[in-house]
Amino acid sequence: MNKTQKPVLVIGGGISGITTAVEIAEVGKEVILIEKEPYLGGNVVKFNNYFPKLCPPTCGLEINFRRIKQNPGINYFTSTEVVEIAGEKGNFKAKLKTEPLYIKNNCTACGKCAEVCPEERPNDFNYGFTKNKAAYLPHEMAFPYKYFIDDEYCKKESCNKCVEVCNYDAIDLNAKEEIREIEVSSVVIATGWKNYDASKIDNLNYSTSKNIITNVEFERFIASNGIGENKLLRLSDKNEPKKIAFVQCAGSRDENHLPYCSAVCCSASLKHALTIQELYPKSEIKIFYIDLRVAGRNEDFLVKVQNNKNIELIKGKVGKITETENNNLILEAEDILSGKKIKYEADMVVLATGIVPSNLNLNLEKDKNQFMLDIQTEGIIPVACSRKPMDVSSSVKDATAAALKAIQ
Amino acid sequence: MSKNIGIYICSGCEIGKALDFDKLCQLASSAQNVTVCKSHKSLCSVEGFDTINNDIKNESIEKLIIAACSPRAKTEVFDFPENILLERTNLREQIAWCMEPGEEDTQMAAEDYLRMSITKVNNINIPTPFIAENISSDILVVGGGITGITAAIEAAKAGYNVHIIEKEERLGGWLNKLHKQIPYVAPYNKSIDPEIEDKIKELEQFENIKIHTSTSIQNISGQPGQFHITLLNGKAETIIVGSIVTATGWQPYDANKLAHLGYGKPNVLTNVEFEEYVKNNPSRDLPKNILFIQCAGSRDKDHLPYCSGFCCGTSLKQATYIRELSPESNVFIVYKDIRTLGLYEEFYKEVQKDDQIFFTKGEIEEITEKSGNLKVQVKDTLIGEDISLSVDMIILATGMVPNSTLDLNLNYRLGKGLPELKYNFSDSHFICFPYETRRTGIYAAGSLRAPMDIAASKSDATGAMLKAIQTIEATKRGEAVHPRSGDKSYPELYMDRCTDCKRCTEECPFGAYDENEKGTPIQNPTRCRRCGICVGSCPERVISFADYSINSISAMIKSVHVPDEFEEKPRILVFVCENDAYPAMDMAGQKGLKYSPYVRVIPVRCIGSVNKVWISDALSQGFDGILQIGCKPGDDYQCHFIHGSELTETRGENIQETLETMMLEPERMRTEFVEITDYDKIPQIINDYVEEIQLIGPNPFKDM
Repeated sequence: MNKTQKPVLVIGGGISGITTAVEIAEVGKEVILIEKEPYLGGNVVKFNNYFPKLCPPTCGLEINFRRIKQNPGINYFTSTEVVEIAGEKGNFKAKLKTEPLYIKNNCTACGKCAEVCPEERPNDFNYGFTKNKAAYLPHEMAFPYKYFIDDEYCKKESCNKCVEVCNYDAIDLNAKEEIREIEVSSVVIATGWKNYDASKIDNLNYSTSKNIITNVEFERFIASNGIGENKLLRLSDKNEPKKIAFVQCAGSRDENHLPYCSAVCCSASLKHALTIQELYPKSEIKIFYIDLRVAGRNEDFLVKVQNNKNIELIKGKVGKITETENNNLILEAEDILSGKKIKYEADMVVLATGIVPSNLNLNLEKDKNQFMLDIQTEGIIPVACSRKPMDVSSSVKDATAAALKAIQ
Repeated sequence: MSKNIGIYICSGCEIGKALDFDKLCQLASSAQNVTVCKSHKSLCSVEGFDTINNDIKNESIEKLIIAACSPRAKTEVFDFPENILLERTNLREQIAWCMEPGEEDTQMAAEDYLRMSITKVNNINIPTPFIAENISSDILVVGGGITGITAAIEAAKAGYNVHIIEKEERLGGWLNKLHKQIPYVAPYNKSIDPEIEDKIKELEQFENIKIHTSTSIQNISGQPGQFHITLLNGKAETIIVGSIVTATGWQPYDANKLAHLGYGKPNVLTNVEFEEYVKNNPSRDLPKNILFIQCAGSRDKDHLPYCSGFCCGTSLKQATYIRELSPESNVFIVYKDIRTLGLYEEFYKEVQKDDQIFFTKGEIEEITEKSGNLKVQVKDTLIGEDISLSVDMIILATGMVPNSTLDLNLNYRLGKGLPELKYNFSDSHFICFPYETRRTGIYAAGSLRAPMDIAASKSDATGAMLKAIQTIEATKRGEAVHPRSGDKSYPELYMDRCTDCKRCTEECPFGAYDENEKGTPIQNPTRCRRCGICVGSCPERVISFADYSINSISAMIKSVHVPDEFEEKPRILVFVCENDAYPAMDMAGQKGLKYSPYVRVIPVRCIGSVNKVWISDALSQGFDGILQIGCKPGDDYQCHFIHGSELTETRGENIQETLETMMLEPERMRTEFVEITDYDKIPQIINDYVEEIQLIGPNPFKDM
């Protein structure tokens, strides 16, 4: 072990990157954590809850943010991407690019700028299903806790209202992007995943029917601070759906789309079904599946669902979804157990789409599905969903393992 | 006691509009030991920070009170040298943003919060860390299977000395018995050769790894940084290590309990027996028709209720080599669900290409045997009909049962083994913190804590080892590990008052206390996680932290000005867990949700750290009601200290007795549990309780 070791660079500030960073820093080493979004937390911060405990992700994130705050060994940069990495283990040079910070770090999050901002943008935190202001707080648990300006929608000096109202001189509409060059000892790739583009699955009509949404979008539909604000609403008529169908392996285990299994979608849909039942005990839920893939102790979670009379698990792949005049959805599937073709009319359909590794524009070794290979240039360590699909708990374990690899 | 307290009150972010600053400053300036009191329009600005920083230098400020935003906000700005004691009074989120501006009641709340802060800093000190002598950086790995070997190698690569012990003569564990392994690297489509020989060779090359085979543990005592391990290998040998990774693995489920699936009949083997058979007889002919029964004794409430995760992949692997060794053979696989999660799907797809491997979803109805031939009735198949198979051999895909951890022989008051979560697995209950352990410095890895395959075990071994290393480094710094990482305080015991009641030793979730024959607690400070549950447990004010004690919180409670009953301004004391409930209250403020200004909030390390003395102090002080808000207890508990909130429930009964003896209504004490996202429920919880207390009327002790 070398005491004068350079810091470790962790790319990606989702649950895996955060974990790797704090675990390294708590050994007593230095870390630089970068995240392309203006806040840390990645995909999970948008989740309503985790399976199988149905507990909120922000609970663990709060502890992790506290660990970051109190540890001087962690430097983090949000709105930042890596543009170049060169060198070798122990001695990498990385070039980082930070988006213009129109609202500086001395923002107190008083919220005045958003109050006066006249421009609206699609709120990406809710996958664009709601709008917020061009000067916005990404979400209520945002870390760092400060406002941002979306320059795609901000009219800059021609408006200038936010600058005038800010009491803290925190807004600089002329801010420029910043390039940083850093030297690091190793690089952890924790760039995570995005969900498969459901519009590519023609037969499931995601693009044409408002009441068909994906599983990750559903997280924002069901969240108490989400799209429906404490209510699960379908988009076509803002009514609460009574019959909800889940389509498992939507684009997964399918040679035309993702040939692999994403390992989390079964448990996620079970979680969604139970969460709906908690809020709407009278709702009717159908889950169409090929195999029910929950592992280990999560079997208990499956049993809990099987014991719920309002949730039916149907072994069968949905071949087609069509929309009715009143925007209901007719699913056609083959019930493989009974051999019968079945049609089911639902008010809302959730597509359990899979995990696709996020693209990182660096020269790294990948498999045919674009997941990073474990073996890269020595000192470059892919972690969690950048290397294979896995759930949160496994990702955190993997991220902790990567922390040790990074300090060897 | 330091006399130099500096108080800085921020008027930014609407705080100035909500409160009368002259009055606040007057109160602060006249308080005990206050040297400086200043207000500023934005303390977090460069100018604001400089004001404070200059005073620290010029006025020798030692204790600092920043009355501004939540202590959770602007931490990067309000970052002072370690010798400065910092207290943050939350005037923004929990007063200005959630109470009516300019009102008398809002002002009274702010003044009380300031009084509590001043009293607090007058009653606490910066902790001096407990740094044990002779801390060992060596690590013990228990178990020489793939998990233990991986853990040892990864630690050695990071420069740590490792002792690895294995009870058998040979390292390698179950992997020694493998003919092939499930593919776990790209392209995932073909079984791979066993890796264990290479792994053992790699392990043996490290000079900083000491291998102890045929060795068991007679005793483990001590604490992180100084675990004393007595090893037994013919004779006893003592080693000292700083932390431990235990990876003692699993056993196959006892197939003797699976007679209904044919076990006991000729040519019915378990997956493990079959693997070993092929490994030892690679050239031997295999029978023509072989059936795999998946979930043999798994996902079954009469046997193992869980899924072992590896059996589907193992059967696929065995099916492929059966077909290679014996090209004429037919393989049948009867399953419930094929669980090749993630990229293992690639392997499943490859196996499905072989049209002499038949997959059937179904349930086994009956198995009969006649002169070596096995007849199997399968029901509930996909085609809807029952089928009958006639095969020469049956392989039962049996699951994993974790080995007992009692062999660790921990010399802990709370038991010889690791606490188990469910189904005898020593797992963490936290999704976000899978390495949470209730025996600080001892980390379980691999199939001991959850069913897992080789790839997952290796990753788990590496993660567990990182935590073991981290514990050593934190112990050297005198700091706590997760979740209060970096906390340098530790419990100090005033033993003169101890009555050997054993509550602290019983209630500490982490086994920080052992006890002698009389029941007197024996402290192991580096096992401590600083939750303060022992503070809550002690009836005699024996236990305190330098910066968190029964006395400091009692003094804070007593510093609140409680109006007399004729003013009709009730006072409710609210203890909130700082992990989830406190952030939820902050968010309520951020959202501008309003609640009663009659509450006085004291954040606590864990709701389980609330001491009964505080309750009686508050009632004597004239508080009309006491509300405590903690994290969710129960099967899906969210308490970060395992059972802090559960203890609150049981202790609640005692408190009700106290209320009864004081002739007070039971409603004067209330406990609520919230999630961090329940910020929208906070105002209602508070307002409903205030209303209820108002109906009951004032606390009769108010003016006594």
